[in-house]
Amino acid sequence: MRRAFAAVVATLALAGAWTVARAAGNVVVITLPAQNAAFKPGPNVALARENCLECHSSDYVYMQPPLTRAQWTTEVTKMVKAYGAPVPDGDVAPLVDYLLSQNGKPSPP
Amino acid sequence: MVHRKFFLASGAAAAAALATRTGTLAGTATVDLPFENGTRRLAAYPQKRPLIVLTSRPVQLETPFSVFDDGPYTPADAFFVRWHLADVPTTVDPSAFRVAVRGLVDTPLSLSLDDIRRLPPVQIAAVCECSGNSRGFVTPRVPGGQWANGAMGNALWKGARLRDVLAKAGVKAGAVAVRFNGAETPVLAQTPDFVKALDIDHALHEDTIVAYEMNGDPLPVLNGFPLRLVVPGWFATYWVKMLTDIEVIDHVDDGYWMKTAYRIPATPTGGVAPGSTGFATVPINKLTIRSFITNLSDGRRVAAAKPTPVRGIAFDSGNGIRSVEFSTDGGASWRPAGLGADLGKYGFRQWSASFTPVAGTSYQLSCRATSNAGETQSQTAVWNPGGYLRNVPEIVTVTA
Repeated sequence: MRRAFAAVVATLALAGAWTVARAAGNVVVITLPAQNAAFKPGPNVALARENCLECHSSDYVYMQPPLTRAQWTTEVTKMVKAYGAPVPDGDVAPLVDYLLSQNGKPSPP
Repeated sequence: MVHRKFFLASGAAAAAALATRTGTLAGTATVDLPFENGTRRLAAYPQKRPLIVLTSRPVQLETPFSVFDDGPYTPADAFFVRWHLADVPTTVDPSAFRVAVRGLVDTPLSLSLDDIRRLPPVQIAAVCECSGNSRGFVTPRVPGGQWANGAMGNALWKGARLRDVLAKAGVKAGAVAVRFNGAETPVLAQTPDFVKALDIDHALHEDTIVAYEMNGDPLPVLNGFPLRLVVPGWFATYWVKMLTDIEVIDHVDDGYWMKTAYRIPATPTGGVAPGSTGFATVPINKLTIRSFITNLSDGRRVAAAKPTPVRGIAFDSGNGIRSVEFSTDGGASWRPAGLGADLGKYGFRQWSASFTPVAGTSYQLSCRATSNAGETQSQTAVWNPGGYLRNVPEIVTVTA
């Protein structure tokens, strides 16, 4: 299923925003827009670019409600422990600093 | 061209068409969902009209709420999209497509779409609702996909019964569960593949199907073309898209997506006190009963001194809707609403009511559904760390 198919015989373009090609044998080919890879400047932004974008777009960070340091630490730890993100131990806290700078809120007293 | 209104209607008309305010951000059409960090782009993805972009990779798209006022079936090009892993096939050859049936079976099979289509076809109207639907409204807020109320839809699904598929292979004695995998795959080898499971009795239930059509057409690629599991009455996490593997197993599935993710508290309501930890959990399962107003959005002005029609939808996990009540005072008092045609116990049930506003007065409109089993919506919002199961009566404030 993942092979590329040649002989695209017809292309449908609707609204100019997306295309679906139908090739011989009713093969359906879609083209997805590029991911939103924009991480805004902030402390250690390079760590976010290096560690997050391989698996998901930056909107996964910005759509969240503002999170505390403890909550962002939980999220990064989940990415490492559950999803296998190869973030070196020493980079976790600096990465959390960045996330807190982008979409954080103060810890409760 | 119903969808043109999302892009081309201007000013007040666009605001009325959407349940939320519209605007532009750097030349891109946007909507503001009514919670913090709720500004989203609208964009047309393949085989889709402009939808609310929650995330771009893996792609997650939300249905603008006004679509639910257009009819009891949600058009496929407006249906919400939610993938878990970044490698989603973008080239699908239905003639080369195969789904494996294996594990604890007499005869392992590799079935083509034609093989599936040769089984007795069934059609069923059913609501597909994301487990995280409405998470953005959960208070206190929780991390996760921040959906408003548009991560749901009702479609007429056509396919074969899973029990007929399994019968072709022959389920052996000792079967406990059936595990389902689709064609989406993780970027990193160490990321758990998205695999879900149903108990064997549920897999063999007559309403559990493998669907190759929705609303009379092949599924859009982003909704799982060419084949997806349909589990009426259960949350969409089980409705595995681009279904490629059906495995009968002799134990309860202990994979990440069943054992760790998509869990709810094992309490009667599925709720716990905010901040709780250490409680027992179970896999999320049946839909909660819900209802919505679809023709009026929060903040709308309505004409005074004449009857204002109010309409909406209701659904539950498959008992069917017995009644819907309507309120103009935030749920302090209720009156019966009229019900539309019954299109199936798992689908949207339309309802309608009317009220005559007094000039200069604000109204907190609300609705509340009751199922044929007597179950009704929770009086207060449940809270759990996953932001699941919201079914408190929603409130839409309008002013005459």
